[in-house]
Amino acid sequence: MLSRSRALQKFLPFISLAVLFVTLSIASPYFLTATNLSSVIRQTAVINTMALGMTLVIVSGGIDLSVGSILAFSGVMGTMTMVDSGSVLMGIAVGVACGAFWGFANGLMISALRIPPFIVTLGTLGIVRGMSLVISGGLPVVGLPEEHSFLGEGSIGPVPFVLVVLAGCAVIMHFALHSTKLGRYTYAIGSNEHAATYAGIAVGRYKVAIYALCGLLTGLAGMIETSRLMTGQPTAGVSYELQVIAAVVIGGGSLAGGEGSVIGTLIGAFIMGLLSNGSDLLGVNPYWQQVIIGAIIIMAVAVDQARKRRFAT
Amino acid sequence: MLLELTAIRKSFGGVHALRNADLSIEAGKVHAVVGENGAGKSTLMNIIAGLESRDGGEMRWKGRSVSFATPGEARSLGIGMVHQESLLAPHLTVAENVFLGREPQRGPWLDGAAMERQTVRIIDSNRFPLKAGWKVERLRPAQKQLVEICRVLHGNPSLLIFDEPTSSLSEAETAKVFRTVRELRERGIAIIYITHKLVELMDVADHITILRDGESVHTGRMADMTVDEIVRHMVGRSISAFFSRKKYPPGEERLKVDLPGVQFHVRAGEIVGVAGLVGAGRTEVCETVFGISPPHPGAVSVNGLPRDIQNPNDAVRVGIALVTEDRQRSGLAAELAVKNNITLANLGAVCAVGVVLSAKERKVAEDYRTRLKMRTDSVEQEARLLSGGNQQKVVIAKWLFRNTEVVLFDEPTRGIDVGAKAEVFALMDEMARQGKALLMVSSELPELLQVADRILVMREGTLVAELPRETTQREIMHHAAVGEQREDRAHA
Repeated sequence: MLSRSRALQKFLPFISLAVLFVTLSIASPYFLTATNLSSVIRQTAVINTMALGMTLVIVSGGIDLSVGSILAFSGVMGTMTMVDSGSVLMGIAVGVACGAFWGFANGLMISALRIPPFIVTLGTLGIVRGMSLVISGGLPVVGLPEEHSFLGEGSIGPVPFVLVVLAGCAVIMHFALHSTKLGRYTYAIGSNEHAATYAGIAVGRYKVAIYALCGLLTGLAGMIETSRLMTGQPTAGVSYELQVIAAVVIGGGSLAGGEGSVIGTLIGAFIMGLLSNGSDLLGVNPYWQQVIIGAIIIMAVAVDQARKRRFAT
Repeated sequence: MLLELTAIRKSFGGVHALRNADLSIEAGKVHAVVGENGAGKSTLMNIIAGLESRDGGEMRWKGRSVSFATPGEARSLGIGMVHQESLLAPHLTVAENVFLGREPQRGPWLDGAAMERQTVRIIDSNRFPLKAGWKVERLRPAQKQLVEICRVLHGNPSLLIFDEPTSSLSEAETAKVFRTVRELRERGIAIIYITHKLVELMDVADHITILRDGESVHTGRMADMTVDEIVRHMVGRSISAFFSRKKYPPGEERLKVDLPGVQFHVRAGEIVGVAGLVGAGRTEVCETVFGISPPHPGAVSVNGLPRDIQNPNDAVRVGIALVTEDRQRSGLAAELAVKNNITLANLGAVCAVGVVLSAKERKVAEDYRTRLKMRTDSVEQEARLLSGGNQQKVVIAKWLFRNTEVVLFDEPTRGIDVGAKAEVFALMDEMARQGKALLMVSSELPELLQVADRILVMREGTLVAELPRETTQREIMHHAAVGEQREDRAHA
């Protein structure tokens, strides 16, 4: 009897997503159409990809506020490379590498200088945003090769290409978190950093890897964003970090560390995506959307806290 | 009767913490409550102190039926509790912690001077080694315990609950706590005293109640009991409370430590004890060897080779493990499963190209669970749900699996019960016989005398004596506390 209610609460995010899905299917005739669903997927792909990396960071007990800025920086650098070289793949590679670089820098400062992640990434939030504006001169990068739109807007048969990318990243990250040393140590560091250190784990090095991976996925998300807009915007991604953190938290991630999962995060991101899409379809004032999402974050964490209290001994 | 509990029941989820517990407390007496971990002592105390509600049964305070919804209600009637685990705010000072939640005020302002003055009075009258202005985060566990005691004494309670007040204290400090307990008893205060140190009880308790599996199985006068009888009631069967270890000829030198004022070595197959008062620097030696405290280049040699140990990662790589004094803080990843904790220090051994092979991991964990007789439903269970003794076994299993040649134990029996203690000692003995070199820091002199081959004594950061295993507690204390005794005489 104990395990049943526990399981129920564990699957609550999934159940909420399902209920939301069914409700919207009934409420709007436009919801359950291929066009609409693929547009939901495309719209949420950027936040979703970033949230995969953020899951790792949050499970380790950290936070990354700089992801919105890194997204813009990667987008600017990637598209500039594309325009200069004419090569889409090289542009994407540069964008992803830039993301990984800033993540690496975040991790290095957190580990080597022993500054809390909140502070380091608050700093890089400003630095990286400023750098993207400096490099681009504040102007969007235009004139991207046509083929670049395939990443964000293309399809393979009926399946949006970006879904394939997202699914691939999600599978890898799920696997990384649950079945590799990196993932195990991420949980251990988030659960009790002292214990991890005392177990002889090179905690600093793993933190660098965690933030670098988060940056890498953010770089990829940055390239998806440029592909959808077909420009490299130095002002892209402002306040995305909050949506990304929200997705992880709604999906069961704990800012205290040690808890969170890739599946939960995906559900969290899709719940937010569906709420936004549903509000549009039903003609809800977009201002209210922010109110609703805010309320949902608080509710999700309240339910989680209630569960923990119940099972504390 | 001051306080009378009858047929108390309490369960968490589906687990019965208390089935049928009775307890009667008289004013001006010390009443010991003992039982193995998980017997329900802490739950029973939490009910008395208003931290938990009861599911059934009756509680009478001075003849009147009571239920406490909050600790504040219990406190207002005069029930105070000194907790086993520190519930202090680390960033505040000793005085601020003593007055936390009931700060004296002058108009709208906090009266810092009054706080300081009253705290100094409590500290002085008990001769605690504390200063009112010290930050709590810098205190050792033993000193934190004393702050907790100050906190409760300030409320002028008529019933005081001590939940293992001496589990982190050295012999000398334990004696001070006893003196405090006796003084409080003289003033007519009733005391409930929970401890695992049964020998202590003989000195201090008037009555005893023994809990087993959530039931009170025996209650009576302390003078009528022997340690062996108590143990028999606690575990429900007859076991020896004492562990005796055979001596083996030690092998070659495994660990050599050469720090300023502290030079020693440990050979293969040896268990070397380290005695000393709290604050004598024993933990610091362990932490330096393990790379946590500031590194001393060339201070540590393993198997004859000088090793540069900058951090625990280096230490583990050259074959040194540390079972820390504080399991919750640095020993366990409490939210992780038992199996994950066991493999944490040697994850590579259950990995192929960086991928954890879960079947292999599970099998390793199951092997240790069986071998170390861990009492847990499954190795999938979160480590935090285990009792102290079983958690300690998980920590030891972690290092057994890593198979380091040198293992440092800092207070290995802290907060674990009699049965588990004997098992931990048996494990240490087994490790020594396999040729490992063991260092054991302990404040429990009888345990050091049972387990160690040699005993090093530290005082004020310096190694002052090395004694053979045939030494006595008196001899150890003489070396450990010469300075302190002199100070005591000055007070008297």
